[in-house]
Amino acid sequence: MNQSSILDFRSGTFFAPVLVLYSNNMEMISQRLQDKIASAPGFFSNSPVLFDLSELNKNDIKVDVEALISLLRKLSLFPVGIRGGDASQEKRALELSVPLDSGRSRGDAILLEIQKQDDTASEFQTVVREAVRTPAMMITQPVRSGQRVYAASDLVILAQVSAGAEIMAEGNIHVYNTLRGRALAGVQGDIEARLFCLDLQAELISIAGIYKTSEDLKEVSRKKPVQVYLRDQALIIEELG
Amino acid sequence: MARIVVVTSGKGGVGKTTTSAAIAMGLAKKGHKTAVIDFDVGLRNLDLIMGCERRVVYDFVNVINGEANLNQALIRDKNCNQLYILPASQTRDKDALNLEGVGKVLEELSKDFKYIVCDSPAGIEKGAYLAMYYADDAFVVTNPEVSSVRDSDRMLGILASKSRRAELNMEPIKEYLLLSRYDPERVESGEMLSLEDVQEILSLHLLGVIPESKAVLNASNAGIPVVLDEKSDAGQAYADVVARYLGEKRPLRFIDGKKGFFRKLFGG
Ligand SMILES: Nc1ncnc2c1ncn2[C@@H]1O[C@H](COP(=O)(O)OP(=O)(O)OP(=O)(O)O)[C@@H](O)[C@H]1O
Ligand SMILES: [Mg+2]
Repeated sequence: MNQSSILDFRSGTFFAPVLVLYSNNMEMISQRLQDKIASAPGFFSNSPVLFDLSELNKNDIKVDVEALISLLRKLSLFPVGIRGGDASQEKRALELSVPLDSGRSRGDAILLEIQKQDDTASEFQTVVREAVRTPAMMITQPVRSGQRVYAASDLVILAQVSAGAEIMAEGNIHVYNTLRGRALAGVQGDIEARLFCLDLQAELISIAGIYKTSEDLKEVSRKKPVQVYLRDQALIIEELG
Repeated sequence: MARIVVVTSGKGGVGKTTTSAAIAMGLAKKGHKTAVIDFDVGLRNLDLIMGCERRVVYDFVNVINGEANLNQALIRDKNCNQLYILPASQTRDKDALNLEGVGKVLEELSKDFKYIVCDSPAGIEKGAYLAMYYADDAFVVTNPEVSSVRDSDRMLGILASKSRRAELNMEPIKEYLLLSRYDPERVESGEMLSLEDVQEILSLHLLGVIPESKAVLNASNAGIPVVLDEKSDAGQAYADVVARYLGEKRPLRFIDGKKGFFRKLFGG
């Protein structure tokens, strides 16, 4: 075997929901989590998850990191990062093989930079614009049950997305057909991302981690083009045209 | 060069083997030299439906393992001399087949045959994968019920992403829907999905609708593919399917129940 074909590092991103805690009461956390999981079992079972303690630490509420990690694992979640912890929490997490996450996803980083550079109107703005113009991923064939698509950009699908299929994009998602599977836009935290489709019959829709399952979508009228976006941390579904 | 056709579904018991036997016979009857291969190693069903179970000496696995050559293993059909059957082994397990071996057998058959029909086992695991990997065309057999439609959709995803044609970036497998065991009365009463429902979910080229029919059981008990029972509804429906596959235009039959019939009659 050729030496160079043994392994390869590629740049990649992967998607994990961020669990932001506002309470340190393990029993309540456990109950809430179980409710969430029950509402979308396919979405959460064996899912990686990042937990964010910044809200707690802001208010000086101490949480037992070890208890939290073991609770998550017990519920078949895989903690893959701690965010916003203090030094001792971070140390404890590392000891339990949970790495640290700086909390600066790409989107955040760019936003911060823009604010800093705004008045000087420097080169950076051009850079940002280029980043925004990453060409969309285009899919012309149906996305069938069991298939997954991930776009590090916008995602445009010209065919149907079947129940049991999953499409994810860091940017917007456009489906010019019926959407029956799961669609997750803004998976790296872009709260400006939107989802468009001609007929919303999805199993789950999500923007920047805020989601609705088909249970919550019963009221949506069939066979009408819609857009979905975030307003005040809530998903708004709006008929188009 | 032969055209390789896989008859597949995902879900079990939907009528793949019945369909494989019927279309292989239908193609052979039209004068095309056809081979039909049983990929369901361990179960072996096709030879029963073709009525040649007593003539099996060597099988598909023997050929792959080099224990017999193709000519020794192929069984000529008793009703049609353009049709040959390559039976599965009943005594081996599923792992007896491998991608390379299957490829070699198909290549050798391709030299001599016009159509090669591959009867896939149920599921989406290795057996079903091997049966579809080399295909040019796929008949996706679906029953009008939610679980069958879902499994067919899953299989379509596999055809589109895991087949040889997908891997080599060639023109994709041509996918055809064959809606089987269709019972218009149960559709009307809402117990089963309608043709329109299934078409809306799968959006595939429809090759035909096979009605639920007693003729199928009679034919398999007799070991004669149902397409030879020319008086039966299922036999005629399969004959239509073969004709459409070969490019003829034929109107759909056997899709209206009694109510539908009366509704048409009285314009109600
Ligand atoms: N159109 C039909 N009308 C009535 N019965 C049918 C019809 N098609 C198939 N059957 C019956 O359904 C059963 C399963 O059919 P068949 O063996 O062809 O399915 P299969 O998809 O090959 O199953 P498996 O997944 O086990 O290989 C058989 O008993 C057969 O007689
Ligand atoms: Mg079978």
